[in-house]
Amino acid sequence: MSNTELIPHLFRTEYRKIVSVLCKRFGFDQIEIAEDIASDTFLTAYQVWSLNNIPPNPIAWLYNVAKNKAKNQLQRNNMFNLKIAPELKNNLAVKTEMEIDLSAQNINDSQLQMMFAICHHSIPVEAQIGLSLRILCGFGIEEIADAFLSNKETINKRLFRAKEKLREEKIKIEFPQEAEIDKRLETVLITIYLLFSEGYYSVSQNTVIRKDFCFEAIRLCNMLIENQVTNKPEVNALLSLMYFHTSRFDARIDKNGEPVLYDEQDTNLWDSDLISKGAYFLNLSAIGNRISKYHLEAAIAYWNTQKEDTKEKWENILQLYNQLLQLEYSPVAALNRTFALSKANGREEAIYEAEKLKLNNNHFYFMLLGELYSTINKEKAKLNFNKALSLAKTANDKKAVQNKINKLE
Amino acid sequence: MENYLLVYRAEYSAMLKASPEQAEATTKRWMDWITGINAQNKLVDRGNRLEPITGKVVKPNNVVTNGPYAEIKESIGGYSIIKAKSYEEAVEIAKGCPILSVGGNVEVRLVSSL
Amino acid sequence: MEEFALIMRHEDGKKVASPEQIQTWMKQTMDWIGGIAAQGKFVSGTGLPFDDARTVVAKNSNKVVTNGPFGEIKETIGGLIVVKANSVEEAVEFAKGCPVLQGDGNSVEVRKIARKDGMH
Repeated sequence: MSNTELIPHLFRTEYRKIVSVLCKRFGFDQIEIAEDIASDTFLTAYQVWSLNNIPPNPIAWLYNVAKNKAKNQLQRNNMFNLKIAPELKNNLAVKTEMEIDLSAQNINDSQLQMMFAICHHSIPVEAQIGLSLRILCGFGIEEIADAFLSNKETINKRLFRAKEKLREEKIKIEFPQEAEIDKRLETVLITIYLLFSEGYYSVSQNTVIRKDFCFEAIRLCNMLIENQVTNKPEVNALLSLMYFHTSRFDARIDKNGEPVLYDEQDTNLWDSDLISKGAYFLNLSAIGNRISKYHLEAAIAYWNTQKEDTKEKWENILQLYNQLLQLEYSPVAALNRTFALSKANGREEAIYEAEKLKLNNNHFYFMLLGELYSTINKEKAKLNFNKALSLAKTANDKKAVQNKINKLE
Repeated sequence: MENYLLVYRAEYSAMLKASPEQAEATTKRWMDWITGINAQNKLVDRGNRLEPITGKVVKPNNVVTNGPYAEIKESIGGYSIIKAKSYEEAVEIAKGCPILSVGGNVEVRLVSSL
Repeated sequence: MEEFALIMRHEDGKKVASPEQIQTWMKQTMDWIGGIAAQGKFVSGTGLPFDDARTVVAKNSNKVVTNGPFGEIKETIGGLIVVKANSVEEAVEFAKGCPVLQGDGNSVEVRKIARKDGMH
């Protein structure tokens, strides 16, 4: 790797480790100091390595520099406590350990604990995702702004407010208690799921970043799997569904950057390695007696990797959506369920059910109706497609509907 | 551990004739009983009380009648879901139900998920 | 929006259904509930097996347990779901789609859920 690529790459992989360890060491309320030290370390690396060449072990170099900067910081804290504020009871800082533990174990533990600290219900979900991207995944503010179709100021403000709130709530960097773990894990999983969705469904044109988001979400989920305490069935299910979806990432965009619908995808572009990983974790998730929405979505995702149009496939998908909707309603699930219904029980029944949905502001709804009517009543199909066209917002969405209309003629 | 549905039945007339004091005492007995089940960690779904008069009955061929109180003496007043190791245990819990003291009964059914 | 309980009743629950009939019935019921859920109107629900039940009744201040469902009517409860609807008429429309109504003597009872007033 060349000089210019190495540091950004190391930033992505090592920044979060250093910040997590330091944050745990200094406490969350000093998170800015932890981030400063980490950023400072990379700045120093950039300056020194351009002059002196890259050291033989760049990561160890980074960790050493980070440690030294942190020790200086601790000494400064000590000075403050000893000389400037002797009356403060915090004099036990005298016994402060000067060592920063950058062992693999502590790095992993700190990151996991950081994940729990950041994925906290006291801050809004976009802030949880933003902080995760910044601190847990090492993305730059501009990259995050780009992905969210926002700007640097907004993102910075969001992250700042989030850190303030977490400080107010006195969030500690530690594993939640046994009794709390399931509830806290729920929030973490939602954040990972939404982070993944940002990457998978986002309308941002930057497909490189979006794929990165998907893989980062997968990496975070793997961290949960690797720890006994957090290796729960629903975590395996979430990981499974992310692998299944990601397997089709390359097939979803054509060489012009336009979306390719499922039915038209080149299955040769489906990544079979990711599909096997999906199947592997789907199996691991099948323990215990609680079915989470991730289990259902993972199973649906599994069936979507089977390209053949069998009755069995669609009957299974239909029943899975039946269950999913009982757990949690969403318009997307309702539409997908109706499509599966048309394949399993026939178009007439699906049309009858679809008319009841009344998702009148949703262009996908009218696209589905148009699709269902297309072989039964061309006039009604056209009517619905035109409604979809009028509701579609992005150029890509409009194009997709136009394609359907053209196919009708 | 399985889930069991408890269905409470009583005669309408008995329920409607209660005085305000009787109604309050009944409410307290229900709350005590349900709270007791919850304390044993056996309450899955508190369930619902069903309004006595406003029901309908739908039959085949889209026939809809008012009811069911017009047809049967006793009517479902409400239901809850508990968990227990066996029918025997579920029945023991059901024996504490206040509806039994007003001439009602409790039907206990093992739940299979649809 | 109110909530309504839809109580499914089979006549003579002791009639044994074949495995194919049971499977068909299960799919129809799941599809029916899925349809309600797809409209965002499903609250909660449970299914029950065809046989086996106990009834607890008080006879002369003794608690007596009998086998079988509540015995005075031939109808036995086959399932219970709670839906959201603006009126009992809307709830009745949901009920009309219930597969249980394919059997002649079967019915679906539609009952409004009482306000939560601490009674339960």
